[in-house]
Amino acid sequence: MSQLKRNNSQISETFVDHLEQHGVSRRGFLKFCSSMAAALALPTGSADVMAEALSAAKRPTVIWLSFQECTGCTESITRSHTPTIENLIFDFISLDYHHTLQVAAGHQAEEARDMAMKDAYGKYLLIVDGSIPTKDGGVYSTIAGRTNLSMLEEAAAGAAAVISVGTCAAYGGLPMAKPNPTGAVAVTDIVKDKPVMNIPGCPPIGLVMTSAIAHFLTFARLPDMDELGRPKAFYGDSIHDRCYRRTFYDQGLFAKAFDDEGARKGWCLYELGCKGPTTHNACATMKWNEGTSFPIESGHPCLGCSEPNFWDAGSFYEALSVPQGRVGETVLKAAAVGVGVGVAAAALNRSNKSAAVEGRETMTVEDLKKES
Amino acid sequence: MEVNELLIWARGPAFNMALAIFVFGMLLRLFEIISLGRKSDLSAARDSGLSGGLRTIFSRSLPRKTVFAREPLRILNGYILHIGLFVVIFFYRPHIELLGLDLAGLSSSVIDAVTVITILSLFAALLMRLYSPVLQHISTVGDYLAWLITLLPLITGYMAYHHLMLDYTQMLAYHILSVELLLVLAPFTKLTHMFSFVLARWYQGYLAGRRGVES
Repeated sequence: MSQLKRNNSQISETFVDHLEQHGVSRRGFLKFCSSMAAALALPTGSADVMAEALSAAKRPTVIWLSFQECTGCTESITRSHTPTIENLIFDFISLDYHHTLQVAAGHQAEEARDMAMKDAYGKYLLIVDGSIPTKDGGVYSTIAGRTNLSMLEEAAAGAAAVISVGTCAAYGGLPMAKPNPTGAVAVTDIVKDKPVMNIPGCPPIGLVMTSAIAHFLTFARLPDMDELGRPKAFYGDSIHDRCYRRTFYDQGLFAKAFDDEGARKGWCLYELGCKGPTTHNACATMKWNEGTSFPIESGHPCLGCSEPNFWDAGSFYEALSVPQGRVGETVLKAAAVGVGVGVAAAALNRSNKSAAVEGRETMTVEDLKKES
Repeated sequence: MEVNELLIWARGPAFNMALAIFVFGMLLRLFEIISLGRKSDLSAARDSGLSGGLRTIFSRSLPRKTVFAREPLRILNGYILHIGLFVVIFFYRPHIELLGLDLAGLSSSVIDAVTVITILSLFAALLMRLYSPVLQHISTVGDYLAWLITLLPLITGYMAYHHLMLDYTQMLAYHILSVELLLVLAPFTKLTHMFSFVLARWYQGYLAGRRGVES
């Protein structure tokens, strides 16, 4: 009962109350709003709107469903070295169901989910990480004896909006990679009648997630998205276009091995397989680990993890321009067939020619005279 | 089809299919040309056909003074077009990676400039064809098709690099597909000259060499 009372008092708590409890000043809060508005590329003045809305925002109910996933997304989003104001928004939301983070287990956990869905029907935010297996009735991933598919369908029905966190939930990711033994699909393949935002990445950047929640709390809707359902503010540019090594690409200076002079000089990693040119994400600007660096800055090519089908896009370590498949074998086979048919065509030409020579009728001057 | 799927298809199965058709078609066409045969020349050779043939393969790359004087613009444009194509195909680093060559490569800005010059050169060639009464008479659909499939990879490559009209991924896929179209059609259009020019020059040079005349 005391637990329930505490929960009720927390639900009536506003975001500002929550920040104050954690020693965050009004100035700090306004700074947070400004940085969020800037990160979301919102127009001037939006920071004030956000501050006003967030000041009065009540704890939103969030249900987090984890399906065919590796928990890397949760790790990415929850783990930080210092408690930041961005993380506090995670503390603020009423995360009523999350396998990894919740205290409850077994049927108590499932009851918590049922209760949250009932109490906040039509208002809660549903977050999904992991893909959904659909083959053989979806038996390849179950929670409390229920398939991921049925759990998602039920939870999505009462959600105000859905956020797919990570490439698996957004686009199917690793479980959907060929040959896709579980018939894995993305959230958008199942949920058609609710606003769904994708925050792809393997894993995605925590701040992107926080910004999306802040936007939802402020405007009661998801941010503007591109055709792949990603927030434009974070996925509008490619890694390549924002990469600090881009200048080396344009100069034609490339690292050709991980330990060569080019690699030591920080040259472009295109030839080592960097998929930056076709990958849309905010790694190059937001960076990871408290703004320390991002993969390319640590000397590793971008894998393209925030794009659909990135597992099936060929080797991570072959340049984007290198064709995939057995090219050498293709050339040899085609050459053999070409030579074979060429020889046959040559023989046919020669035989036609010989037949024409043999069948030639001799014509005399007398014949010509007859015709004229 | 989602753009990433299209790119995967273009880089994988489509490329392999196009390459197979290209290799098959080119070998078939070359065999056809070689197997046409010629009547054996029974006259005594005045000079070496071999050296004449080999010399002509290279010497025909230079313009003849009299011909150049007659149509300098067309010949210059021909040089610009062919050298431009050679540079953008073989000296852009991503292309060098694709071809598995060991070349130094040029900077993107140089390749960019050469691409623009090559595109302009192609349009100049088209205008010359359209406004020349002689060429109007001898031009066929094949000539315009060859022009178009040469232009498309240049245009799509330029647009992909500069993010024009479409997202880079989508335009890159179209760029690769345009090259594949070129590979598929090259053996069956006048673009076979990318290989058959050697045979044609060899034959002319060989005949002239045997006769001991200039070629």
